[in-house]
Amino acid sequence: MSHQPVTAQAFEEAAEAPVVGQASRRTKVEGSAFKWLLIGCIGLSFALLATLLIDVAADGVSRLSLDFITKYGSTVADNAGVRAALLGTLWLMAVCAAFIIPVGVATAIYLEEYADETRWYNRAIEVNIQNLAAVPSIVYGILGLAFLVRGPFGMGSIILAGGLTLGLLVLPVVIIAGREAIRAVPPSIREGSMALGATQWQTIWRQVLPAAIPGISTGVILSLSRAIGETAPLIMVGAATFVAFDPALQSAFTALPIMIFDWISRPSNAVNDYASLAAGAIIVLMVLLLGMNAIAIWLRNRFEQKW
Amino acid sequence: MEASATTTTRATPALGVARRRWHEDLIKALLLLAALISVLTTTGIVLSLAGETVTFFREVGVGEFLFGTEWSPIIKPQSFGVLPLVSGTLLITGICLAVAIPLGLGSAIYLSEYARPRVRKTVKPILETLAGVPTIVFGYFALTFFTPTFLTDILHMDISVFNALSAGIVMGFMVMPTIASIAEDAMSAVPASLREGAFGLGANRLQTSLRVVFPAALSGIVASVVLGASRAIGETMIVLVAAGQIAVISADPREPMYTMTSYIAAIGKGDVATGSVQYKTIFAVGMLLFVITLVLNLISIRFVRKYRQVYE
Repeated sequence: MSHQPVTAQAFEEAAEAPVVGQASRRTKVEGSAFKWLLIGCIGLSFALLATLLIDVAADGVSRLSLDFITKYGSTVADNAGVRAALLGTLWLMAVCAAFIIPVGVATAIYLEEYADETRWYNRAIEVNIQNLAAVPSIVYGILGLAFLVRGPFGMGSIILAGGLTLGLLVLPVVIIAGREAIRAVPPSIREGSMALGATQWQTIWRQVLPAAIPGISTGVILSLSRAIGETAPLIMVGAATFVAFDPALQSAFTALPIMIFDWISRPSNAVNDYASLAAGAIIVLMVLLLGMNAIAIWLRNRFEQKW
Repeated sequence: MEASATTTTRATPALGVARRRWHEDLIKALLLLAALISVLTTTGIVLSLAGETVTFFREVGVGEFLFGTEWSPIIKPQSFGVLPLVSGTLLITGICLAVAIPLGLGSAIYLSEYARPRVRKTVKPILETLAGVPTIVFGYFALTFFTPTFLTDILHMDISVFNALSAGIVMGFMVMPTIASIAEDAMSAVPASLREGAFGLGANRLQTSLRVVFPAALSGIVASVVLGASRAIGETMIVLVAAGQIAVISADPREPMYTMTSYIAAIGKGDVATGSVQYKTIFAVGMLLFVITLVLNLISIRFVRKYRQVYE
């Protein structure tokens, strides 16, 4: 819908209303009721977030101890810890970062600095990335299962397969953030560099990229904080639920979200309270996640450049 | 190489066609190659889904799959009608949107039309935090708090431990920030002159928001809702944890229900043998899920482009 007919309509309606004088009492009451309704929408969402955080903290805080971090899983709830899951998650993030940083930044540079938007294939790449950003995560899990774990690559259910699956999942986020950061560097910087005789690549490498790094790193960290909580793709690529060794790149693995899911799925009883274990693991996951978000926000504020 | 490049540059006349630098072309080619990885990802998704789906349809008729009302792929007599999974997905998505659309659009109008910059600066990161909570955590919350404490103890509802209602409502709060963020972008893109015109004609903020800004931003708002629906349909962990695993066609949200995503994950959790019928059902259901979300995503992308064209 274009906005012209709307303005015309607004004009007609406004023309009938009294132009001069106090707004009627009814309009005033309606206006402030509407405002409080809107505030209520935000308030309700905040209330749910607060309830969620308090509920998890109340359920899980009794489990937090050094032992919980350093012990492997166990079927006896009181002996269980998240060591293997925490290391697995850190490994997954390392693989994911090693994949998304070079590929994501290169794609962003290509699309912003080189791609001719009038060419159909460049537009196709763009729409493709926008769509990939909204493909359900479980579908990436199926891709990981069919291509990386079994099928052509046949890696088996190892960290490398899990990390790459998560990498493919968040790659569009990195590309979109990277493009925004590169676009924010003003053209005058490029023109100045080119006028001094630098080639296009020299301009990008020595002028554009350094200026875009804060924005790009914010995007990378936010993508990793999305990847760290993803559960469904890891279920599909066959993450294990019980791992009693420190994982490595080519080993079987578990991860914090998988551990949480496993503990939620077990029926708790008087002897084994798995629900509180799940809540404890959620606290560990949320601390990692909120820590990463805090770093991203700090980076954004600290290095934000006004041109 | 750098040195030779400088000497030749000096030798050529200052004005004229630049010498072709092969390594500049090489870099461009490498960057294009990286960009193609995302295209390969889509190709990989389509190929991996299509391959097994075709073999699945050699055993089960397309009509039986799409229009059958009985889903029992493991327990004999086997039956492969996907409608129970689809109806479960649609019911939970409907509940989710019934929560997420009013909350999301209400927040968007407040942030774009009412909030002072300082308020916006505090509210937005908190909504981003809500959007960033892992879905498994929402699932835990739905199962261990929302159903037993809120729905059962406080509202005295007669409801099963696993149910569609709780999963749908909690999912609504997960999807709400997505709708709020895209709708707010669209409303902020509406030129100030339209608002000034409305105010100048004596409209108050309520009238301006609802009758001028909202219709003017409609394409962006539609995009936000469509994307929200796509998120809800594709969401896995909340339903897997809190909605139960019974494939039934029912409109009663107090009952447990299977969705397309939770079925895929539940089968994927066990170690299914490659080539078995259960293994193939993952791909057939996955293909259906991918096609539905693809259509919704493309609609959403189109609407976003529309409002960008009008105002930017």
